[in-house]
Amino acid sequence: MPPETAITLVTREGLKPDRFRRDLETSAPRLVPLDTLENALASNGEIGVEIANTVKAEALLPHFDRLALIAIAFPAYGDGRGYSLAKQLRALGFTGTLRAVGPLIADQFHYALACGFDEIELPAANAARQPEPQWQAALAQRSLSYQRGYDQPGNILERRRARRGEG
Amino acid sequence: MAAPKLPPLPVILLANDLLEGEVVFRTRAGWTRDPRAALVVHDTEGAERLDTEAKAAMARNEVVDAYLVDVALDADGLPVPRHFRERFKISGPSNRPDLGKQAEYAVPGKR
Amino acid sequence: MYRYDEFDEAFVRERVAQFRDQVARRLDGSLAEDEFRPLRLKNGLYLQLHAYMLRVAIPYGTLRAAQLRQLARIAEEYDRGYGHITTRQNIQFNWPKLKDVPDILGLLADVEMHAIQTSGNCIRNVTADHFAGVAADEIEDPRPLAELIRQWSSAHPEFSYLPRKFKIAVTGAAEDRAAVRVHDIGIRIVRHPASGEVGYEILVGGGLGRTPMIAKVVREFLPKGDLLAYLEALMRVYNLEGRRDNKYKARVKILVHEIGIEEFRARVEAEFARLDGPSINADPAEQARIAAYFAAPAYENLLPESGTFEAARAANPDFAAFVEANTFPHRVPGYAALTISLKPIGGAPGDITADQMRVVADLAERYSFDEARATHIQNLVLPHVRKADLFAVWKALVAADLATANAGLITDIIACPGLDYCALATARSIPIAQAISTRFADPVRQREIGPLPIKISGCINACGHHHVGAIGILGLEKSGKESYQITLGGDPGEKAALGDILGPGLSADEVPDAIERIVARYLDTRESGESFSDAVRRLGPAAFKSALAKEVHDAA
Repeated sequence: MPPETAITLVTREGLKPDRFRRDLETSAPRLVPLDTLENALASNGEIGVEIANTVKAEALLPHFDRLALIAIAFPAYGDGRGYSLAKQLRALGFTGTLRAVGPLIADQFHYALACGFDEIELPAANAARQPEPQWQAALAQRSLSYQRGYDQPGNILERRRARRGEG
Repeated sequence: MAAPKLPPLPVILLANDLLEGEVVFRTRAGWTRDPRAALVVHDTEGAERLDTEAKAAMARNEVVDAYLVDVALDADGLPVPRHFRERFKISGPSNRPDLGKQAEYAVPGKR
Repeated sequence: MYRYDEFDEAFVRERVAQFRDQVARRLDGSLAEDEFRPLRLKNGLYLQLHAYMLRVAIPYGTLRAAQLRQLARIAEEYDRGYGHITTRQNIQFNWPKLKDVPDILGLLADVEMHAIQTSGNCIRNVTADHFAGVAADEIEDPRPLAELIRQWSSAHPEFSYLPRKFKIAVTGAAEDRAAVRVHDIGIRIVRHPASGEVGYEILVGGGLGRTPMIAKVVREFLPKGDLLAYLEALMRVYNLEGRRDNKYKARVKILVHEIGIEEFRARVEAEFARLDGPSINADPAEQARIAAYFAAPAYENLLPESGTFEAARAANPDFAAFVEANTFPHRVPGYAALTISLKPIGGAPGDITADQMRVVADLAERYSFDEARATHIQNLVLPHVRKADLFAVWKALVAADLATANAGLITDIIACPGLDYCALATARSIPIAQAISTRFADPVRQREIGPLPIKISGCINACGHHHVGAIGILGLEKSGKESYQITLGGDPGEKAALGDILGPGLSADEVPDAIERIVARYLDTRESGESFSDAVRRLGPAAFKSALAKEVHDAA
């Protein structure tokens, strides 16, 4: 396991240590900024890229098969661009891990997962204030949703369809 | 840290009660709903203390939207906000004298 | 009317439980105020000047008697005995306590109502023509469309943290009574010019506020089945590209304005082309399921005219005046739609007491197939009243102080709550409305003046729609005092126009005189049968400038 500087990630299954490291001199999987991605991809090992929420999804398309992780920055919890970017990346065929990085709150967990995120990397202060059980509780509060085309359980339109016998 | 920008003196501290929403005023002892009982502070140090108290009370989850309001004193020495917005805020809807503080208290500055 | 199935019901119940938990987490410190504020706003809860305010959605304006009675109960048990109908088909309670709000939301859920997304940077309550299903000039009832959008937009994972609020209005009629051209998205049900197929014209980028704009057509014809995928594409473009650096430039109208409608259209179409439509759109069976709820009620076969009605009208001039102002032609013979004015002379526009809500509930149940409507003009409507019953309804309304015969006239004023309630306001609105209403109280004079919508906002955010008032009034602060700016020539309808500012600001006292002079100028110069708005359009607002001169001089 990495040392105590390790970041904790919130996932659907609970807390999870981060396998990726942001420092360059590591043998662990590396998380690099977009401007050094080309170099990093030339080396061996698992690579993740950390991007601003203003990056175009298509710009990463050529690298999808080499990218294990795409981490999208949420500069503030009210800045929802990352949700649309995640949707686009998934629609373009990205099957690796999608991470939201920023001060999200538990009530957004459901939205993040539905848009295709797998994990959330929180600032330490936020993680301390909103312990993990709150995230699972917030998720449990949202068992139903109206939107189709989103990865979420309890889709109301599908349930209605099933009830009509068209399941 | 730069000193907070304070309104002209004298000032009172008002806020909305977190649980109920009602406008409350800082006194020496705590909070009051009575606009006549608001603590009036005349000096900069006192105003700074009040401003610190505003932030602390918000952090303690007692109140929200706490801020200093510059006031004039009426003939009875009671604080009347200088700005009309806060005069409405400590009084109630002008078209409904039966509602808000004006229904309960002789609000300073209210004729 | 739409009725919740078990999924809708469970969804709303979950939201109530979630909000109860959010309040608890706010109080135990898990959520900071900055984090809680957007959550409470998404459940319609504001902190206003004197207290919290809860804004409850009346989706597309439609209400049942049981819902009105529940609103009355909430007004009495948790508020101060009244509510306020807003300019977006919501009802606001001005005095709830935070600790009571989860219980209030529970009571709303009991009657299939909620406060979801009546505020916040998300897709707001969808509004519709208040004469939907009634008007003869309608291609199709827009409410199934509105209900579909309501469901799709509720707690949308991708579009719950938009750059700014997002308002959608829909209409199925030729005459625009829903102000679709001043919404972020306006949807008009149209027929394809070649095939005759019924589909949607999509308008985008309208809005009032600080930078008022008239919406532009982004899609001339959208097949019905593609609606949700197209909206998804449009919202995604906005969510990604809309400005977040300045909240005053964050509405979609600014994006459309900055990149141009052609570029905006191209981006939306590109996104739309990439989406997998079938995985997003509602299937035909779901569309049909919703539409079935809005089937016409069981109208009787009636003669177009009613002898009882005509006799009562001939015998009672007050009733006749009421009928003339407050009834709207119904597409079904023998019926009328009736506007219940919430603009009594000298009253606060849109306010209704709990007792009055119950009177309207009884009337809706007995005379209008259990249906009432809330309008963006801050009135109520009984949409399907037999002409033979109008006299009985009128008598009941008179007894409840609800029979003001002024729909569309100069005293039917839109006014936001203004500085009497609102934390954002820069000046009061209600007393201005009261003063104008009192000045023009004479019903004979009102009828002589004819249709003249006055709209008053207490700040630049324009909740009172002043930009699109035939006469608009905007309350501002000037040198530590309330000051009012008059605009002329606005129109929210199919000839949508923004008013022109007529001159420097006036004091509150000067406003009624100024309105009086503008009206006098109109009466002097109008051609036979010419409405105020038509006269302003013909003469130009400048022709009315000198009417203001005296007040301006005095104010200087």
